[in-house]
Amino acid sequence: MQAFEYIDAKTLSEAVALLDEKGDKARLLAGGTDLIVQAREGRRTLDWMIDIKSIPEVNELAYDSDTGLTLGAAVPCYQIYAVDAICKTYPGLVDATKIIGGTAIQGRAGVGGNLCNASPAADCIPPLIVLNSTCVIAGSNGEREIAVEDFCTGPGQTVLGKGEMLVSLKIPAPQKNSSSYYLRFIPRNEMDIAVVGAGASVVLDDAKQRIVSARIALGAVAPTPLFAEEASALLANKEISDDVIDEAAQAAQAIARPISDMRGTAEQRTHLVGVLTRRALNGAIQRVRDAA
Amino acid sequence: MARRSHVQTTINGETVEFLCEPRQSLLEVLRDELHLTGAKEGCNNGNCGACSVILDGRLVNSCLVLGVETEGKSVETIEGLAEPETLHPIQDAFLENAALQCGICTPGFIMSAKALLDNNPNPTEHEVRYWLAGNLCRCTGYDKIVRAVLDAAAAT
Amino acid sequence: MSEKKEYKVIGTRPIRHDGVDKVTGRAIYGADFQITGLLHGRVLRSPHAHARIVSIDTSRAEAHPGVKGVVTAQDLPTAEDKMADLGEGAVNLKYLCDNIFASDKALYKGHAIAAVAATNPHIAEEACELIDVEYEVLPPVLEVRQAMEPDAPILHENLTTSSLGDTEDKPTNIASHLQHKKGDIDKGFDEAEVVIERDFVTGTVHQGYIEPHNATAHYNQDGQLTVWCSTQGAFTVREQLAEILQYPVSKIKVVPLEIGGGFGGKINVYIKPVAALLAKKTGKPVKVLMNRADVFEGTGPTPASYITIKIGAKKDGKITAAQTSLAFEAGAYPGSPVGAGAMCVFAPYNIENVLIDGYDVVVNKPKSAPYRAPGATNAAFGTETVVDELAEELNIDPLELRLMNGAKEGDRRPDGPVYPRIGFIETLEAAKEHPHYTSANGKKYHGRGIASGFWFNIGLESSVTINVNPDGTINLVEGSTDIGGTRASIAMQAAEVLGIPAESVNPTVVDTNSIGYTAVTGGSRTTYATGYAAYEAAQDVVKQMKARAAKLWEVDEDNVQFADGEFSSINGKEEQISFRDLSAKLSQTGGPVVGRATMNPAGAGGAFATHVVDVEVDVDTGKVEILRYTATQDAGKAIHPSYVEGQIQGGVVQGIGWALNEEYIYNDEGTMTNASFLDYRMPTCLDLPMIDAVIVEVPNPGHPYGVRGVGEVPIVPPPAAIANAIYDAIGIRMTELPMSPDRLLKAMGKI
Repeated sequence: MQAFEYIDAKTLSEAVALLDEKGDKARLLAGGTDLIVQAREGRRTLDWMIDIKSIPEVNELAYDSDTGLTLGAAVPCYQIYAVDAICKTYPGLVDATKIIGGTAIQGRAGVGGNLCNASPAADCIPPLIVLNSTCVIAGSNGEREIAVEDFCTGPGQTVLGKGEMLVSLKIPAPQKNSSSYYLRFIPRNEMDIAVVGAGASVVLDDAKQRIVSARIALGAVAPTPLFAEEASALLANKEISDDVIDEAAQAAQAIARPISDMRGTAEQRTHLVGVLTRRALNGAIQRVRDAA
Repeated sequence: MARRSHVQTTINGETVEFLCEPRQSLLEVLRDELHLTGAKEGCNNGNCGACSVILDGRLVNSCLVLGVETEGKSVETIEGLAEPETLHPIQDAFLENAALQCGICTPGFIMSAKALLDNNPNPTEHEVRYWLAGNLCRCTGYDKIVRAVLDAAAAT
Repeated sequence: MSEKKEYKVIGTRPIRHDGVDKVTGRAIYGADFQITGLLHGRVLRSPHAHARIVSIDTSRAEAHPGVKGVVTAQDLPTAEDKMADLGEGAVNLKYLCDNIFASDKALYKGHAIAAVAATNPHIAEEACELIDVEYEVLPPVLEVRQAMEPDAPILHENLTTSSLGDTEDKPTNIASHLQHKKGDIDKGFDEAEVVIERDFVTGTVHQGYIEPHNATAHYNQDGQLTVWCSTQGAFTVREQLAEILQYPVSKIKVVPLEIGGGFGGKINVYIKPVAALLAKKTGKPVKVLMNRADVFEGTGPTPASYITIKIGAKKDGKITAAQTSLAFEAGAYPGSPVGAGAMCVFAPYNIENVLIDGYDVVVNKPKSAPYRAPGATNAAFGTETVVDELAEELNIDPLELRLMNGAKEGDRRPDGPVYPRIGFIETLEAAKEHPHYTSANGKKYHGRGIASGFWFNIGLESSVTINVNPDGTINLVEGSTDIGGTRASIAMQAAEVLGIPAESVNPTVVDTNSIGYTAVTGGSRTTYATGYAAYEAAQDVVKQMKARAAKLWEVDEDNVQFADGEFSSINGKEEQISFRDLSAKLSQTGGPVVGRATMNPAGAGGAFATHVVDVEVDVDTGKVEILRYTATQDAGKAIHPSYVEGQIQGGVVQGIGWALNEEYIYNDEGTMTNASFLDYRMPTCLDLPMIDAVIVEVPNPGHPYGVRGVGEVPIVPPPAAIANAIYDAIGIRMTELPMSPDRLLKAMGKI
């Protein structure tokens, strides 16, 4: 592996100052499950690895039924699904945290790192999008916030500017009669990267027969994970039926612009967008209905 | 070559000090600096589990942890599992079930199984298979490994 | 061998002798080896699938701090275009050497070009990037049918087709054409009332052992070369090193360390000669390790193939004719397992009229290496799918059709040999009676398939020495790499002879200076042939100890008999002494007893298997889930049933991987795009049910305990069995491996 220096940053301001000073040749280390591999395989050149796991803000994991979830950027997956309230409230996000890598990967990898790695196929991003998550970004000029669907700008590319870092994700408290669901298609049952991923969240009426609103997001079918805005809008104030869900699935397929690679072909991916969108929506609806 | 850092950590209950370059993984440190060669390199990118160790109570791939990150932490490896005169019940179960053939994946599987049983002492077959999915074995077809872990759970 | 024998040790399930070391992390595998002054080596590999090497400049790498030596093909002795005999068959020496380091052309992406030794592996890797290689890039040919086209890019300008004894003049990628004929093929098809002919394509797959290749080498000042490594055969490493380095066998010692899987892929050498060259250049011990990408791109996969199968039968189910063409990718150098595929393709059936053509074709992929029943799985995918289709067409149960045509003792295999007692029919009967086969199978999108398979197994040379200890235990010394519990299965055969527990045997696998020649652990031969040698060495011990008892009792040797661990006198005086007690009296009766045997047994006895699988197809995604799997197999006699089951289960799961997802995926430039365990998708435990292994025992007349090799045949049936199950589930015949979700979606017309 290429040689680099390691710095264990203790505060946000220290990390931000280092990023500002070192520029492109510095990368932040959280779980390391992507970064270490990329550095080892020469896919990313760097001179500095700045470990952020000693910084208190990026380790925050706080849920409040009124204000929602604050998820520090370095919190590993296993800590997230260990909290019952999070599993109950944000099942779609938890679906993703339980299928990233294997158990050992989940011991280190986190949602924040998954987002910052900005893979089009990242499992955590579609559920973050459907849960209306906001990214809290720190920089030398202070903090800013941005909607998660605007965070990734291309494969491995984000809106983070020089000297900026992701501190945490804020996920609002869910509405009444709502739930979320994420699934991906992979050829094996674990350990693969998504060929296609689909997340959905729904808010139903009290009778749980009508969709009040819905959000759909897709992974691995474009240079960035996509918020399927039109498909989502189609479902607002609709009685639940196979036809309505099919219509949304077709609208989702219409925005997919996948490539063919060793993980799947473009035709296969477009087809799977329809299948997985249906399954994600039905899964989210079923979760609302199953809740007492 | 980058400067070597001094690191103090706890390995299998003993305080250990070593020097390493930042680019050396925990796996390299264990194997090349400390001569604890029980953890194996199968892929060096987190996809085979042969290097599984337990870091501060959590299962990790030691190929995806930097040696320098273990400062002040606690590492459990396959070498620390058995008592001086007796094997750990998971080790016994692997032997009794013939759950290894070539044995290269065995230390990783045993550490992964230990982390599972520490976390969930009575797993179902599906839970065992889900937990161990990050550990590849090419010899056994997993049948006897899954049985060994279920037996070890029943025995403890 | 017909009556059931009672055994004390054989058939029991003792803890394997090397088990504790392997569950405690203490066992030393090849990469674990440490030695003072060790340097670390790294290999630079070709980024191109097909290129002429114009120049190599190593000066910048040599100047890099920490680098101690750089080697290229220039450091190999000049390789001639001559044949070298390596025990497993003759090999062209130039091809052998060029696969270690490309000399004139790089023939696949990943082909070794140069290597560096440095003070640590990271520096060696940095230095590799400082080696300047100028290539003239040539168009690659990556598929067997394209490589056979007359205008295909040519890999070897000197290669011409050797066909049925003749050699053609024109350069070609078809290295050889072989043929087997039996009966009259035209007459056979004329007699047939139903004929089915199909084409099949199988992908390139890798053995997928978890331990990458490794080697540490050191030259002493006196010229003695020692190589520590994991290998399937220390002696074949010694032979290959001697040829490649043009160095006397007497000056090479190969020390086999524990091995992390092989499946045929750790017979050929790759980096062992590289470590030796670096050690020679630096005067220090050098360890060379591959990473996972090196393993995929630089070591033998098993070939992709294009196969046509045509089978004809009478309406009553009698198969009258079978014909096949097998075109196998050899990789960059000739030597695909098409010959073995041709031996196995119709082997399970007694067919009067057969024609088999086989083609060995070079392409710009790594040189192929054996993989568990090499060639047989490709071939069986075709045959067993067509047999299933034939059964449907004839409206005969597929097991019944196989029972009607199955090969038995006295039948002749199409390539010549006449079968001794074999157990194919018994595997079919065991499957037929199994609760899996008789259970309900009617759910929508669920399907059941069966398929059978054959592997011939081999004998070859093995040596065993037994030293008797005064406490009645023995130290058993052998030269067979233990990949999956063979220390135990060999020790148990000696224990059975001597009437002692398996635990009273200390088996040790030793280096090439310490035991007689022993061939590779491969061909399902180790428990059979080295076990046979252990049996004979133990008989030698018995013979010598009878003489000791005779001396003790002052009787004639002929009056001493040995049974159930007891020596006794049978004429005149009544005397009895146990093996253990007599062991304590060796020094007073003449000194130590050392038993020895060398074997090259001819009667390996073929192995047959029949598998039943239930699948569920997700018709929306094309994904196939394995719901239930039962494998019946004739083991002859299972020495250690747990490890026989383990071989069956492991082989089945490799076959499932091959069937469903495993394949080398190439881009147009000839780069494998999935050279990692992330994207080369081998099954995880979450992809599988328990695998029910049913051992059938039809003793092999060629072994004193009836052993047949068991390791290889279980990989043969799964792809066909799963294809047949998919057909049963959704009514579509899959003819291309792997039957991955995208291919199923296409076949179903969904994309």
